[in-house]
Amino acid sequence: MTAADAAVRSPHDPHKLGRARERIDGLPKDAGRGQGGPAPKRIIIAYGFWIFLLSDIVMFSALFAAYAVLQGATAGGPTGRQLFNLNNVAIETGCLLLSSFTCGLMMVAAEARSVLWTQLGLLITGLLGLGFVALELHEFADMIGQGAGPQRSAFLSAFFALVGCHGAHVSCGLLWLGTMMAQLLAKGFRPTILHRLMCFSLFWHALDIIWVALFTVVYLLGAIR
Amino acid sequence: MTVESHTGRGDGGDAAPGEERGRVLPSLGVYLIGLVFALGLTATAFWVAQTHLLWAPGIPIGLCVLAIAQMGVHLVFFLHITTGPDNTNNVLALAFGVLIVFLVVAGSLWIMANLNHNMMPMDQLTNLHLQH
Repeated sequence: MTAADAAVRSPHDPHKLGRARERIDGLPKDAGRGQGGPAPKRIIIAYGFWIFLLSDIVMFSALFAAYAVLQGATAGGPTGRQLFNLNNVAIETGCLLLSSFTCGLMMVAAEARSVLWTQLGLLITGLLGLGFVALELHEFADMIGQGAGPQRSAFLSAFFALVGCHGAHVSCGLLWLGTMMAQLLAKGFRPTILHRLMCFSLFWHALDIIWVALFTVVYLLGAIR
Repeated sequence: MTVESHTGRGDGGDAAPGEERGRVLPSLGVYLIGLVFALGLTATAFWVAQTHLLWAPGIPIGLCVLAIAQMGVHLVFFLHITTGPDNTNNVLALAFGVLIVFLVVAGSLWIMANLNHNMMPMDQLTNLHLQH
């Protein structure tokens, strides 16, 4: 038997190394492990997006560090204890947490290929996210109205940079969410749409994780100080 | 690629972040458990911050512990990061991210605290300026 014959008989193991024979769903069992060829596109996309999210979290860590360092630098202006309204923060937290939950349900519906429930999940996620952004904007407007804008003190600059950056992320997420609703309506469950939905849900969950750090470090620790 | 092969159960040896494998519970149940844990931890954190029943100096560290626990809940139940062999890549990337976050935050706090401690008080600094 020539090498060419062997390659025809066993196209996935042309060098007869005895590897990569076991196949699941048309791909070698050990795909992406350095033997069975590249990992499926879905894995590569989600992993790449995971790396992006982690780098985004690293960027937030710099803002957190700046806030922690400048927390006491109020320049005679109002402190966090005087400014923060924990009830408002609790409602914001509830909105974001529930929207993270409905985003998970949206992904369950997408796995089941139910357009109606996926769209409904996206809609509820979006409305809760919108509520969060509205409450945050109201809080910002309130603070600026009291003369506690970002230019008042280093503490407030760091506060608006950190919380505002998270709010901007949520707003961008809402824009993405609306786009996904339109794309799902127009294109249905194509592989690319499913990839995007998967990346969106990762993004949304990651924003909620950042908010957990944020409400603890900024609001709760700021209110007890 | 067909839609069926796209659902990805079993394709390749790795799990994508956010992807649920193993199926000990139906996926809906996993999200529900996560929501209950997260709500409980959030409620506890807000209660701890506002109560007068607890020993005040211990509250900040308690809040940090609650926050880290809640981030863990989100990672496990919402992002489905597990310790299984199909999640090695995701966990390693996460570990590296956590290392960098720790270095940035702890390093900044440490250096700035030292700088504040070693800096000459402002009035003396102004005097030096006037002498030259």
